[in-house]
Amino acid sequence: MASSDVARQPDKGARPLSLAGHVGFDSLPDQLVNKSITQGFCFNILCIGETGIGKSTLMDTLFNTNFENFESSHFEPQVKLRAQTYDLQESNVRLRLTVVNTVGFGDQMNKQESYQPVVDYIDKQFETYLQEELKIKRSLHNYHDSRVHACLYFISPSGHSLKSLDLVTMKKLDSKVNIIPVIAKADTISKSELHKFKIKIMSELVSNGVQIYQFPLDDETVAKVNTTMNGHLPFAVVGSTEEVCVGNKMVKARQYPWGVVQVENEHHCDFVKLREMLICVNMEDLREQTHTRHYELYRRCKLEEMGFKDTDPECKPVSLQQTYEAKRQEFLAELQKREDEMRQVFVQRVKEKEAELKEAERELQGRFEQLKRLHADEKAALEEKKRLLDNDLTSFGNRRTAAALLQPPGFTVNGKKDKDRKKWVELSCLYLMAQYTQALMANFKLFLS
Amino acid sequence: MGIEETKKESELEAEVRLELRQSASGFQTGFIRGTDLFGYVGIEAVLDQMRRKTMKAGFEFNIMVVGQSGLGKSTLVNTLFKSKVSRKSCTPDYEEQISKTVKLHAVSHVIEEKGVKMKLTVIDTPGFGDQINNENCWEPIVNYVNEQYEKYLREELNINRKRRIPDSRVHCCIYFLPATGHRLRPIDLEFMKRLGKIVSIVPVIAKADTLTVEERQEFKERIRKDLTSNEIRVYPQREHDEDPEERLLNDRIRESIPFAVVGTDKEHQVNGNKVLGRKTKWGIIEVENVAHCEFANLRDLLIRSHLQDLKDVTHNIHYETYRVRRLNESNMNFSELVLTSWPLKNGTDTCETESQL
Repeated sequence: MASSDVARQPDKGARPLSLAGHVGFDSLPDQLVNKSITQGFCFNILCIGETGIGKSTLMDTLFNTNFENFESSHFEPQVKLRAQTYDLQESNVRLRLTVVNTVGFGDQMNKQESYQPVVDYIDKQFETYLQEELKIKRSLHNYHDSRVHACLYFISPSGHSLKSLDLVTMKKLDSKVNIIPVIAKADTISKSELHKFKIKIMSELVSNGVQIYQFPLDDETVAKVNTTMNGHLPFAVVGSTEEVCVGNKMVKARQYPWGVVQVENEHHCDFVKLREMLICVNMEDLREQTHTRHYELYRRCKLEEMGFKDTDPECKPVSLQQTYEAKRQEFLAELQKREDEMRQVFVQRVKEKEAELKEAERELQGRFEQLKRLHADEKAALEEKKRLLDNDLTSFGNRRTAAALLQPPGFTVNGKKDKDRKKWVELSCLYLMAQYTQALMANFKLFLS
Repeated sequence: MGIEETKKESELEAEVRLELRQSASGFQTGFIRGTDLFGYVGIEAVLDQMRRKTMKAGFEFNIMVVGQSGLGKSTLVNTLFKSKVSRKSCTPDYEEQISKTVKLHAVSHVIEEKGVKMKLTVIDTPGFGDQINNENCWEPIVNYVNEQYEKYLREELNINRKRRIPDSRVHCCIYFLPATGHRLRPIDLEFMKRLGKIVSIVPVIAKADTLTVEERQEFKERIRKDLTSNEIRVYPQREHDEDPEERLLNDRIRESIPFAVVGTDKEHQVNGNKVLGRKTKWGIIEVENVAHCEFANLRDLLIRSHLQDLKDVTHNIHYETYRVRRLNESNMNFSELVLTSWPLKNGTDTCETESQL
């Protein structure tokens, strides 16, 4: 049994047995592989690097296709990620490749939060997988795995050392994803400089405790190659999709006035090594590491954060169900409390509003009463005036009749004068009455209005 | 390694592509790259990687044999795996008597063939159908199967879980039908009905050398009719076929189940070859001869072509059904706990149907 498969304890009672003939289960790996072929494979690569460092070109070169890419601007306000999925096929193997590129990485003035969108993206993929896993009715075997399997970190070819942004970002990512650092645009560095640069980078990574992905050494068939490759990290790559005629062949290369840098020439750059390691030799291992190490770590942290434990404070194993029940009760109680609170606040508000309205009502009532009183007063005053007027009228009428009686009947000389005087008195009486009634009418009108 | 050498040599306009292929073939055997020079990426290599990884990790297979005593269960298992996997109960030094209840017996062995390691566990069920009153004799078996699912579920729900969860779930249950020649008996129907829902059942006609070819055909047809009329699902189930090719293949299998098998571990000489067979006064029944019995078909189905499929069906369908039921029972609906940023939506929360029924 392989010694590195730690979880596989020696089975008690599983005695080895020898077979007397050909049984046929040696076809098992083939059965498994055939199933996988029908299902297809899934691979997700995350490329982090500054704008213009050659991420998209390298992806195009690696996978021999032209992914639709457009140049990003240098003026992004914050780092964004752009994910694109492609279905590739080589002979009978179908690969669903997702390439995630960072947009605007390293362009901002303040790069303190540059790594955060990347970390968030990776966590989000883990989260979706975890949710799917915890669903009641789930379909894991059909699930399109979007977790990031490999992260290519593009180091700019300064020739000196890593930038602090690089170190910070890689430190944040090393426990979440398999990091493979690559030196981009390696045709700007000479061989000797490159050698020193690589050593410097590796020592910086080690001294800062950044754990990059080490190619696995446990499988004898590939251990040797992987060890060699581990020594060549980080790979210095050049990407190009243009073809140049070299000798009598067309090769992928970059043409300069002083020469041609061939992408697939081992002397010129490490592109071939990268391709070998990333795809041909370790793709499956990358996926496995993502699932068994990074995802499990995330899951554990997330569930512990939520309060689930495997053992309770007395170190007795607690089943997930108990914890879940406890959590659920707690949660429901919390909900109830919040509901009560809200209800109270609501009642309070209603009361206040009611009081306000009552106040307003009372006020209005008061004013109405006041006005009514005012009117009543005026009306009384007018009545009084009318009464006085009536009195005057009657007293005047009395005086007139009395005056008429006092005059002797045979008074002819002054008869006309009397008549005139009478007429004049009558007229003036009528006039006065008219005045009075007019005044009365006016008063009444005033009162009525 | 080619790569090392070329790197050491300076000023060589190496024809990298060819060299790479040659050096690559040193560590990856039997690889066909794309013939188009500029179309090569190497995605195919993932198949090889997968093969290597699974071979290193090894496989597990748990098979349960159920049937009355004396039907040749242990012999058949031994014949299938060509080794003394089970101990036959008819040998003189077998001391156990018929137990009052069905007791399950799991024995594990590690067998290896051409670099492929397999941990084979055979679960025997002595006492099944042997009592006078056989009501509920399937209960211990159903409990055992569910227990294994429970164990797996527990481990899967753990916070700190193992890299590879030990798989003790029953992948396949071989049910032995006695070769009466008539039809399915009540105990057969009851058992297969109940267990067909939780595990993949492969019914076989045991000791088929008592039936002539015509009798065998009629018996099989009657059994198939009984199975359909009682809505018993046996492996391979129609609903699990994923594509037309698989359906075609499985249809052919479905037309010939249950397989009429004969088991033995003795070898005899026939026409100058050593064959596994049973020697009787009227001839030698060759176990691996397709004209004599269908053992070879059973072996091919179980081991050579559908072993992985059996495991997949158990994992993706039967185990998931159990899980849904179990989580609904204990009301563990994680979407209720809307904590932090969990906008969970469950597919459908309730287990409306059981697997395919």
